[in-house]
Amino acid sequence: MGELRPFPPGRYPLVVVGSGPGGLQTSYCLGRLGVNHAVISADPAPGGMFQRFPIFQRLISWTKPYAPAERGSRAYEWYDWNSLLGEEESHQALVAGCMDGSVYFPSRSEMHEGLTLFAQRAGIRVRYGCAWESTRHEEGLFTLGTSDGEYICETVVFAIGTTTPWRPKIPGLEDVPHYAEIKPLDAYRNKEVFIIGKRNSGFELADAMLPVARRIILASPTRARISVVEHAAIGARARYLQPYEDHVFGGGNVLLDVAIDRVERLPSSGYRVSASETSGSRKLALEVDEVIAATGFTTPLQDLPKLGVSIFSEGRLPALTRFWESASVPGVYFAGSTTQAAAGLNKYGIPSNSAAVQGFRYNARVLAQHIAEKRFGLKRSHTGIAPSGLVAHLLAEATRAPELWNQRAYLASVVELSESGMSNGGIVPLAHFVDTAGPDAVAVAVETDLTGDIHPAIYLRRSGRVEEHLLGSDPLHSFETIDHQRQLEALLKAYVG
Amino acid sequence: MDEELHDLHQMLQSITLFGDLSHAELEAAAHTFGEEWFGEGQRVLRQGFTGTGFYVIAAGEAAVRLNGKDIATLGRGDFFGEISILLGEPPTADVVSLGALRCLVLPGPALKDFLESHPKVMYRLLQAVAMRLRNTLLWES
Repeated sequence: MGELRPFPPGRYPLVVVGSGPGGLQTSYCLGRLGVNHAVISADPAPGGMFQRFPIFQRLISWTKPYAPAERGSRAYEWYDWNSLLGEEESHQALVAGCMDGSVYFPSRSEMHEGLTLFAQRAGIRVRYGCAWESTRHEEGLFTLGTSDGEYICETVVFAIGTTTPWRPKIPGLEDVPHYAEIKPLDAYRNKEVFIIGKRNSGFELADAMLPVARRIILASPTRARISVVEHAAIGARARYLQPYEDHVFGGGNVLLDVAIDRVERLPSSGYRVSASETSGSRKLALEVDEVIAATGFTTPLQDLPKLGVSIFSEGRLPALTRFWESASVPGVYFAGSTTQAAAGLNKYGIPSNSAAVQGFRYNARVLAQHIAEKRFGLKRSHTGIAPSGLVAHLLAEATRAPELWNQRAYLASVVELSESGMSNGGIVPLAHFVDTAGPDAVAVAVETDLTGDIHPAIYLRRSGRVEEHLLGSDPLHSFETIDHQRQLEALLKAYVG
Repeated sequence: MDEELHDLHQMLQSITLFGDLSHAELEAAAHTFGEEWFGEGQRVLRQGFTGTGFYVIAAGEAAVRLNGKDIATLGRGDFFGEISILLGEPPTADVVSLGALRCLVLPGPALKDFLESHPKVMYRLLQAVAMRLRNTLLWES
């Protein structure tokens, strides 16, 4: 039984809290680097939010059965947004293998199965059923009070997800079910349903209710942001847009741009929603059968703000450094979806994918490397790159590196350019590279501009200053053309001869 | 304390630039702007980099830094990034946080629509730009 519940309370160099994809990926990467650590989780099994969400059982992140890259290869990760990252074949592309092949978005159960398989095959040990309840910080040590006892450590990584329902301060909204609390679909049959929120969770509900609801009203203060317009996964995803098309065609379902003033329960049944147009001056009062708050989630930070962890975004996120460490309490790190708090360059307002598995799995790998070096003194060895191969290496990274495609303008692939030779500096946060003085180096990232054009961006650091150089795009996104080679050779002439 | 002011609606209401907006317009603005946090010494705008946004300081201070020299200090309610967006050119200076800094941020491509649909904000912005111009002319005379 002892091994079934490893890591009893006690002292450890590092404790990871959480067994969702962020916690599993962080533990995997720390283990591969030889960092001794414990993992505790309140959950009974691995998988985190995917034990329960999405409500309607189908993810919006693709895992393509057939892709331009071979399944299991590094390049395939761009086409498989859901599997965790493994170093061995038996740990790679596991979600793809769990899917029945009928849809290229995995079901919730297929995703959960893939995560469970990853934890099993990689031998990730977790003390399940051990809930983190309190935190103290004394003399450089953190004490985590848990349901099993106290854990003492010098470094802690919170991979606790962004899964606690959040509601804005609107009178009456506290009595309305949240997305996470909705009833079985049949309860909405022939009902008029008012959904507050026009992001993916609101559209997911509306899309699922199309066959049963009499009328659906989606409402929020601003117009719906759509992924294909925003050039980013931040907008409502294309496959949820049927309710939007209904609205455009006048098909019964409606999108409203209104500020919700209050929600009141009617004496018999139903609700009255009072709202104000945001682009006009009209007031609306709507009587509906059901109201649902699809108003997002927050990070369950518990007592961390009292410990001194600075927060922002209405208290939903901790303030983080570029390496996802609390900006106010060193030694406290965050993994998983909370890493979205470190925004990066946010070029043209296109955010990173750090809120989702396809983005934060790479953050976890960079984080583990950073912790290994900074907190445990484990230096990594850098492989050399011949000057004659520099241009080809950078263009290959721009074309195929999944870190750069999944985390555009957020993670970069670096080559250090010292007098003694060139070496691979690995993947780092782009904001860290461009804002940190250091030896001459070149970083490549993949970026999207306001027109949606996707292209490589080169950041060249010379004598402590970093310059941005944008290369051209390519209709098939191959940046290994003669033109790209010439552009980059001219830019790096001093280094490649 | 500013640091305790976490409600985005209240925060916007307390900033001069948004002072003329109605409750509903403030709600819309709170859903249009994002919020970013910067630590001591972090760059918010980067000289010569594309794709920047429009920033309004919600808490803290930032320096306008040109070729390594601080030429101005910005505080709560001040905004920056609009010149680069309006002219379609990369910023000509860095803006660097002086201690913990919280900013409201609007993506560059969204500024035109936002100002056109909120003429009261446009007017406040023009007033602030006019004051900057006047102060620059006084300083040069």
